[in-house]
Amino acid sequence: MSLRPVSELLMAFAVQEKHYPPSLLSFFIYNPKFGPREGEEEKKILFYHPSEIEKNEKIKNVGLCEAIVQFTRTFNPTKPAQSLHTQKNRQFFHEPEDGFWMVMVVQNPVVEKQKDGKAVFEYQEDELLDKVYSSVLKQCYKMYKLFNGTFNKAMEAGGVTLLKDRLEKFFIRYLQTLHLQSCDLLDVFSGISFFPLDKMTYLKIQSFINRVEENLSLVKYTAFLYNDQLIWSGLEQEDMRILYKYLTTSLFPRHIEPELAGRDSPLRPEMPGNLQHYGRFLTGPLNLHDPEAKFRFPKIFVNTDDNYEELHLIVYKAMSAAVCFMIDASVPLTPDFCRKLDSLVGPQLTVLASDICEQYNINKRISGSEKEPQFKFIYFNHMNLAEKSTIHLKKTPSVSLTSVQPELMKILGDINSDFTRVDEDEEIIVKAMSDYWVVGKKSDQRELYVILNQKNSNLIEVNDEIKKLCATQFSNIFFLD
Amino acid sequence: MDSGDFYLELSDRPVLFEKATNVNSVFFDEANKQVFAVRSGGATGVVVKGPEDRIPISFRMEDKGEVKCIKFSLGNKILAVQRTNKTVDFINLIQDYSQLEYSQECKTKNARILGFCWTSATEIVFITDQGIEFYQVLAEKRSLKLLKSQSINVNWYMYCPESCVILLSTANLCNVLQPFHFKSGTMAKMAKFEIELPASTAKVAKISERDIAMATIYGQLYVLFLRHHAKASSSPGAEVVLYHLPREGPCKKMHILKLNRTGKFALNVVDNLVVVHHQDTETSVIFDIRLRGEFDGTVTLHQPVLPARSIHPYQIPIAGTNVCHPATNTEGPSAVAGQIPIPCKLYSSSWIVFQPDIIISASEGYLWYLRIKLAPIVHLLTDKGRLMDFLLQRKDCKSVILSVCSQMLSEKDRAPLPVIATVFDKLNCEYKKYLEAEHSYTLAVESSQGRSNALVKRPVRGQAVIDQSDMYTHVLSVFTDLKEVPHKFIIAVLMEYIRSLNQSQIPVQHYLYELVIKTLVQHNLFYMLHQFLQYHVLSDSKPLACLLLSLESVYPPAHQLSLDMLKRLSTANDEIVEVLLSKHQVLAALRFIRSIGGHDGASARKFLDAAKQTSDDMLFYTVFRFFEQRNLRLRGNPNFTPGEHCEEHVTFFKNLFGEQSLLKSTAS
Repeated sequence: MSLRPVSELLMAFAVQEKHYPPSLLSFFIYNPKFGPREGEEEKKILFYHPSEIEKNEKIKNVGLCEAIVQFTRTFNPTKPAQSLHTQKNRQFFHEPEDGFWMVMVVQNPVVEKQKDGKAVFEYQEDELLDKVYSSVLKQCYKMYKLFNGTFNKAMEAGGVTLLKDRLEKFFIRYLQTLHLQSCDLLDVFSGISFFPLDKMTYLKIQSFINRVEENLSLVKYTAFLYNDQLIWSGLEQEDMRILYKYLTTSLFPRHIEPELAGRDSPLRPEMPGNLQHYGRFLTGPLNLHDPEAKFRFPKIFVNTDDNYEELHLIVYKAMSAAVCFMIDASVPLTPDFCRKLDSLVGPQLTVLASDICEQYNINKRISGSEKEPQFKFIYFNHMNLAEKSTIHLKKTPSVSLTSVQPELMKILGDINSDFTRVDEDEEIIVKAMSDYWVVGKKSDQRELYVILNQKNSNLIEVNDEIKKLCATQFSNIFFLD
Repeated sequence: MDSGDFYLELSDRPVLFEKATNVNSVFFDEANKQVFAVRSGGATGVVVKGPEDRIPISFRMEDKGEVKCIKFSLGNKILAVQRTNKTVDFINLIQDYSQLEYSQECKTKNARILGFCWTSATEIVFITDQGIEFYQVLAEKRSLKLLKSQSINVNWYMYCPESCVILLSTANLCNVLQPFHFKSGTMAKMAKFEIELPASTAKVAKISERDIAMATIYGQLYVLFLRHHAKASSSPGAEVVLYHLPREGPCKKMHILKLNRTGKFALNVVDNLVVVHHQDTETSVIFDIRLRGEFDGTVTLHQPVLPARSIHPYQIPIAGTNVCHPATNTEGPSAVAGQIPIPCKLYSSSWIVFQPDIIISASEGYLWYLRIKLAPIVHLLTDKGRLMDFLLQRKDCKSVILSVCSQMLSEKDRAPLPVIATVFDKLNCEYKKYLEAEHSYTLAVESSQGRSNALVKRPVRGQAVIDQSDMYTHVLSVFTDLKEVPHKFIIAVLMEYIRSLNQSQIPVQHYLYELVIKTLVQHNLFYMLHQFLQYHVLSDSKPLACLLLSLESVYPPAHQLSLDMLKRLSTANDEIVEVLLSKHQVLAALRFIRSIGGHDGASARKFLDAAKQTSDDMLFYTVFRFFEQRNLRLRGNPNFTPGEHCEEHVTFFKNLFGEQSLLKSTAS
C-alpha cells in the first residue's frame, strides 16, 4: 500500500522501519540507428527522463541497454531480453516499432532499518512482477500512439526534431501519472468493464447511435459508456482498449468533481442556459455560446496498422451516460456543428441515460444482486477484454485502491504468470501466509482469481466454494469446473 | 394529371343492364344487389342481373299496372312486386309450388305503402306512411302471416341489408330517426335519435333521404348525415356527421368529416373508408375514421386523408357481342363499326349511388362497384407513419405495404431511420395483435378440448399481418443483397427491425440473426458481432451456435461465444462434448460431462478415440483409467462390456502400459 495513513508511518518509525514503494528511476527512448558512429551516441537518444541527468550518464545507460539486448539476442534472435533484474532496480525493455526502444527503470521497494544507529537499506528484489511493469511500459507506448500516432509517422512528417518534440510534450506529463506503486494484475489485463444491460435497453442505445450517425454523417465511430463502463464501441477492440483506459483513468475522473458539486457551486461549469437536457461536452468547449470559446478537440490515432486514421475525439456526457464521437480530423469542427450535435444528442441522451438508470435498478432488484458478493475476485476474458473486479474499490485519477493486502495481489500476479506459460486450462490453489486462500482458474480464454478469507477451511472446502461462486456468478458462460 | 394519381376506380367487371326508357323500368335491390329491368310492366319480360350471375334470370309476368317496386326474397325463391299503394303481390319461384300470384294488403287503414324489404328468405317488412308491418310469407299456402307491426308516422325509410336495420324518418322536419332491427322472426326497436338542425332564422329545410346513408364501418353500424351548411354560415363547407348506432344503447354522434366545400355530394363506403363524391368539381375525397383526427371532447373531426381526385377515367367498350348493351340497338351499325371505346361521363347527374359501394348509371345501363387503389396513395401520402396507419386498415394492403418498405430502404427514396423505425413499429404492433389472438385461440381450444369449439373463432389473418418471414423474403433479404447500400445502413435497419420486434415482445426468427451475422461477417465487423452477442441481442439457439462455430476459422473468439451459447441453452450438452472433442480437449470434455452427471452413460469409445488421436499417452492413460473406474463403480468390474466396442483400446492400452496396468476388479 502506498498511501499509508500518517499514523501508520509514525508507527513504522517507532519500530525504526521505513518502507519506500517502488518508484520510477528513469525512462528513456532511443533508436540505435540514429547514431551508429562513435561520438554520435547522443543522437540515439530521443527522450530521457529525468532530463537533468548528465549527458555522459545518459549515453552510458542507453549503451548498456543496447548491449544487453544485443547480447540476449544471441540466445533468442526473435525475443531478446525484456527485463533486467538488479539488486536496486529493474529495467524493462520494449521495442514497439522497429529500432525504437523504450526503457523504464524502476527502483525496487526499499525498507530502511536502523542498525546500530545507522540507516541500512534493504532492497526487496523479488517484490516487483515483470509482467505488471512490462505491461505498464507497453501501455505507455499505446497511450502515446493514441494521441500522437506512431514514431515512424512522426519521422516521416518532421524528422527527429518533430518526434523528439512530441515525445517530450507527451511523456513529461504522462510519466507523472504512472503511479508505479499501485500497479497490479489489472494493468496486465488492461481490460474493459462492461455495463450490464438488458437486451431492450441495449437495442435502444443501438438505435440512438445509428440515428445520430445518420444525422451527423461526419461521425465515423461512436462509443457509448455508462457509469464509466463500456456498452458499445464502434472502434476496433485494441483501439477501444486504450481509449477506454484514457477515458476512465484520466478524462472522466477530471470531470467528476464539477459533477458532484451542487448546481450553484462555482466548480460547476456554466450551463449554457439550456435546461431541457443535461448534455455537455467533456472535450472541446465548455460553453457553446461563449464567443471566446475554442472549438478544439483532442486528436486520436486509430487503426494505425492499416488505415491509419486521425480523428477528432468529442466526448459528450449527459448524467451518467457518456458518448464518444469520432470524426475525421481533416474536417474542421465548426461551432455550428457542435451546436447541432448538442441540440440533437443532448435531449435524446438525457432521456436514454435515465432509461438506462431505471432499467438497471429494475434488473438489479430482479436478480437480487444488490448485496455485494462476499467473494473477492478478479475476472478477465481475453476474447472481449471483459474485466470485473471486486477487489478494487475505486479508480481515482491518482491511485487504484485495493481492499486486499499487497502480498495477496502479488500471489495473483504469480498465478497469472504461471497461466501465461501454458496453453492448457489450469487451476491453482494457494494458501497464503496470512491464512487466506487464493485460487486461480483458467478456462479457455478466461481467467478467474478468487481470494477466500476462510482460515480454517481445507482444500476440498475451498474447491466447493469456488464451484459455488462459478455457479452463481458465471452460470451463463462456459466455464469448466 | 398523370394516370398514377387516381386512387378510386370503377370495377372493371360492371353489371350491364338495359338502360331505363319509358318502356323499360329499372329497379335496384340493395339486399340482393340485383338490377331488375322490367319491360312493359313485365309482360314483355323481366331481366334480373346480380353481381355474381353470369346468366341473368329472365321471366315474364302479367302486366297488371306500373311496377313501383320489385324484389326477390333472399335466395331468389319468392318475388315480391308492388304495383299499388295498398298491396304487394307475390309470385313463388319454387318448383312444385303454384306460380299463381297472391297478394297482401297493408293492415293499417288508409295507409300508403312506401316500399318493402326482405329481411330473410321468407320474411318481409312493409313500410307504410303510418308504420311498419313485419310478415312471414307462407309460400306453400300462398299467404302471409303478420308477425309484428308498429305504428309511427313515416316520411321516408332506409334499409341496410348487412345489418338488417330499417331506419324510419319521422317528425315534421324528418329529423327524428327511428331504427328497427330484424332477426329471425323478431323485430326490435332501437334507440331513436334526433339530428340537430341548424338554429338559423331562415326557414329550415327538411332532411332529405338523399342526405342520409347507413353503412357498416369497421364492423359498426353508422348513420351518415350530409350537412349542407348554407353559404352564409360561418362554417366553411359541408360536412358529414357520423352517428354510431350500437345494437343496444343510445346512438352517439362520433365523427365529423370536413368536406371544406359545398355543392352536390354523394356518399359511398369502400373498404371501411367513407368516400364523398362532389359533383361540381367531379372529384372525390376519402376519410378514414380510424386515422387520428382532432378530438374536441365529444366528436372527432377528420380532414380528407388525401387531396381530392377524380375517379379513374372509365372507358365504355362498344362491343358487338354485348347483347345486353343498349348502345348497339339504338345507335345503329355505325357505332359497331367504330370499335373505339367511349370515355364514360363520370359524376354524371344520372348516377345513383347505393351503399356501400355501388354506383349505377341508369341511363347507360351500368352498375359498378367502387374500388380503392392503394398504389397511387403511396405517393400522395408522404407521412410514412400515417401512410402505414392507413394501409394497415385496408383489405388488399400486403403487397403495397411490402413495396413501401422496400422503397423506403432503396437508395433513391431512402427514409431516415426514425421513419423506418416508426413503420416497423406499426407493422409489428399489428403482427403482435394477430399472434396474441392466435395464442388465446389455441389456449381456448386446448381448455375446451373439443367441447363447443364453435364458440371460439379462429382469428382471421388479415393482409395487414406482415410477419418476419414476409419482411425477410420480400424486403430485408433483397435489400441486404444490393451492392450499393452502405453496410452501416443495412446493419442499422436490421437492428431497428430486431429492436421493434423485441419491443412488441415477438420472438425473433433465426434467419434474421443469420442475416445480421452474414452482413457483419461480409464486412469483417467481428468485434461488432461480438458485442451484439455479448448483450444477447442475437438470442441463443442451436443453429446460431453452430453458425458461430463455423466462423471460428475467420474469427477465433467465435468458438468461446458458441460454447457459451450452448451452455446457456442447457439442452445442448451433447453438442458441447462434440465441440470439445473435435478440438482435442478430451479432459475438458470429460470434466464437463462429469459436471453435468452424464459420465455414467457416456460412450467410452468416443472419448478413448479422441484421446488416442492426440498421441498423448498420458492423456490416453487418464481417460482409460477414468472409464475403468466408472465401470467398476457401475458394475463392480473395471472391464468394458462387448457392447462398448473398446477392444482395440484395451489392446492399445496393454501395448503401451502393459497388462499389469489394467485396473483389477475388486471381486477377483
